[in-house]
Amino acid sequence: MADLAASLDRILHHLFDNFLDGYFYPFILEGLLLTIELFLLSLALSVVLGMIGAVAKLSKSRIAQANAAVYTTVIRGEPNLVTIFVIFYGGQILVNNIGDKLGLGYIDVSEFIAGTITLGVIFGSYMTETFRGAILAVPRGEIEAGYAYGMTASKVFFRITLPASIRHALPGFGNNSLVLLKDTALLSLIGLQDMLFRAQQAAGATRKPFTFYFTVAVIYLILTALSKLGLRWLNKRYSVGVRRA
Amino acid sequence: MAEPAIVVEDLHKNFGALEVLKGISLQANEHDVVSILGSSGSGKSTLLRCINLLETPTSGRVFVHGELIKMRARRGRDAVPEDQKQVDRIRAKLAMVFQQFNLWSHMTVMQNVIEAPIHVLKLPKNEAMERAKAVLERVGVYDRKDYYPAHLSGGQMQRAAIARALAMEPELMLFDEPTSALDPELVGEVLRVIRSLAEEGRTMLVVTHEMGFAREVSSRVMFLHQGRVEEDGPPEQVFDKPKSERFRQFMSGMLK
Repeated sequence: MADLAASLDRILHHLFDNFLDGYFYPFILEGLLLTIELFLLSLALSVVLGMIGAVAKLSKSRIAQANAAVYTTVIRGEPNLVTIFVIFYGGQILVNNIGDKLGLGYIDVSEFIAGTITLGVIFGSYMTETFRGAILAVPRGEIEAGYAYGMTASKVFFRITLPASIRHALPGFGNNSLVLLKDTALLSLIGLQDMLFRAQQAAGATRKPFTFYFTVAVIYLILTALSKLGLRWLNKRYSVGVRRA
Repeated sequence: MAEPAIVVEDLHKNFGALEVLKGISLQANEHDVVSILGSSGSGKSTLLRCINLLETPTSGRVFVHGELIKMRARRGRDAVPEDQKQVDRIRAKLAMVFQQFNLWSHMTVMQNVIEAPIHVLKLPKNEAMERAKAVLERVGVYDRKDYYPAHLSGGQMQRAAIARALAMEPELMLFDEPTSALDPELVGEVLRVIRSLAEEGRTMLVVTHEMGFAREVSSRVMFLHQGRVEEDGPPEQVFDKPKSERFRQFMSGMLK
């Protein structure tokens, strides 16, 4: 009799567990969507900031150079997690100070927007260095030829320097974007309900941490593998004019 | 009498404390082919680069078809162009061919040739393509129009670069040692193209080490030494009755 009760208990437990698992998988997959959105938006922001940073670093203006130098030195000199906390909590205070002055009352900054901006700012500093190197790798003579044929400085930049630099930027860009993709997980620490955050909740509720963390690990691996494929395609596309050694 | 194609008056260029050009004057009329000779470091490339303002002259004046390139003098530093628009407009009339070709490596030969006509001269694309076809056929690399520069030989690259210059229908062509980076067996094909351009009456300034070319093709030869003009005259006069001892030394060095 006791055997039967124990078996029944086991079966019920098993059913309940699986029921919970079944409930948590879609819950985690919703987080996946958020992770992807976060990745793409912050990547776009980091490219824009990186471009501005690189142009500033290479410009003749001392002020622009100094600003860009402070930006990359500070951001790259801090652990990403620390920067995330500082920008997230600092940003919250800043926004509310401004809100108070304007008489708007308490403003709650969404973790998603704050997270996107934070990652964009952090990786913008890495992109700055990548793009700066890539622009410097464009042969000086090709840029000179642009000027010699009467192009304006902006024409030279957008028609020659920038497109010719893409090939040189891709390896570093690929590296940065893979790290960025993985760093989206850090935002679970400021309460963003991304994949990792939801896995943590699922792990807590079901007491099966390995199951859910492993699931998330596999999904991240799939995401990075897909990004790598995309990068390989880009690389191929931008190396058409290169003689392979 | 038409305005001279180019007039340079008392051009000086310093790089820091180093005075590379010490007052150069030259004039080229339309259809003139002026060869500029000199050993390395004599300032001949710098002279060419000062004419289209890839280098800003420290002082001196440059007139293109009678139009003065306006410069603003600055105390203790190189002058700067007064009007960048004027510079851009004049550069579009002076097509330069570089020692290292400087073709745009991310573009095919065709794209290289139509780039400036479309984006500087504002030609419609189909017109630019027609022009490109004509000039690429002229220099004999039309069959390579869809190749990227990296997949061409040096001679083909330089001929494509000459096509890129021709597509601008320039008033004056500047050649900066166009054959110096080429393997010896490829020099001939490029010189033939330049020679044919000279024969059709184009105005050209050619910085070169090719003595045969300078002697046979040019209408005038200049010899620069340490930033000064040491010889200037028709090739027969300069080669056969040189006034300067330096030039005689230079020639005997070349023949070795």
